[in-house]
Amino acid sequence: MSGSSNTNRAADAAALSAEADLSSLDAIDRQLINDYQSGFPLCADPYAEIGARLGIEAEEVLSRIETLLDSGFLSRFGPLFDIEAMGGEFTLTAMEVPLERYDEVTEIVNSFDEVAHNYEREHQLNMWFVLACESREHTEEVLEQLHKASGIKPYPFPKLQEFFIGLRFDV
Amino acid sequence: MSLNEQKNQQLNQDQSADQSLDPTDRRLVELTQKGLPLDLHPYRTVAEQLELEEAEVIDRLQRLMDRGVVRRIGLVPNHYKLGYRYNAMTVWDVPDEKITELGEQVGALPFVSHSYERPRALPLWPYNLFAMVHGRSEAEVEEKVAQLKQLLEADCRQHQRLYSRRILKKTGMRIKQRSNNSTAKDSTAK
Repeated sequence: MSGSSNTNRAADAAALSAEADLSSLDAIDRQLINDYQSGFPLCADPYAEIGARLGIEAEEVLSRIETLLDSGFLSRFGPLFDIEAMGGEFTLTAMEVPLERYDEVTEIVNSFDEVAHNYEREHQLNMWFVLACESREHTEEVLEQLHKASGIKPYPFPKLQEFFIGLRFDV
Repeated sequence: MSLNEQKNQQLNQDQSADQSLDPTDRRLVELTQKGLPLDLHPYRTVAEQLELEEAEVIDRLQRLMDRGVVRRIGLVPNHYKLGYRYNAMTVWDVPDEKITELGEQVGALPFVSHSYERPRALPLWPYNLFAMVHGRSEAEVEEKVAQLKQLLEADCRQHQRLYSRRILKKTGMRIKQRSNNSTAKDSTAK
């Protein structure tokens, strides 16, 4: 059993990242983040197009995006791919990791390229990650390798139906 | 065969149409999955690396978008850094015969970012409906969980919410490099 259910969530959340300092974002940064989580222009001069809308030069758009990446407000920038549309699959997978082995097992799990994200969560199943694999066979293979490498049984929770997916965050 | 197994089989059949990428598209995905190059003409730079015309890269990305292979092109915020520190994976045990109806209602709530039916793993895991909720404070998330509870209460046998304590990894999908083309070098935004 993980003993993680009585932790101070606020303290843990604060430890998740450096203190968010949204005051360093001006109106244009905010507009960039809010308006371009999707719909980054697919044309020869994407920054000029964005700049024309925001009233700044193309070079400034690019340098603002670079700054937002460097300061960690953005984690990535570019196309987001859906492996399922390429014939592959995403599989949410969970493990019950003994607390004394948590860091070691995190390293093992994260070392797999197929692990797209991984979260520590408060439950007996205390590690939850998403596998992005190119086929069902590939998923089975990775699950087996994970089991072998960590000594811990992975529980796959493949999606049976998708009801909604539309994650966006406004600032 | 359980209902879940039947559905799973159905899903597999739906996905069995040939969706594989042609070799050029595959190289395009391999090259851009970590991000676009940070220069004023990102598609031109990608084109040069793949030895294609810029127009072809743009055209191929557009077609990949039309096929759903590219979900979107954009800025991916780090939601923790933007103040959305609290996320709870809420999980519900609802009758299989009502899952579609309930799932659609849950998915329609504006604050639910993803919602799925997933198989149970008994006895450890009795839950079949998953809904992700994010917020800037625990109170905000709890308020949203309460709304979900109100919606599902009549049908739900048991439920839980699993708060995240830490992001351990957040890289997104990475397909393996298949081509040995030396021009298809890594070109990361970060």
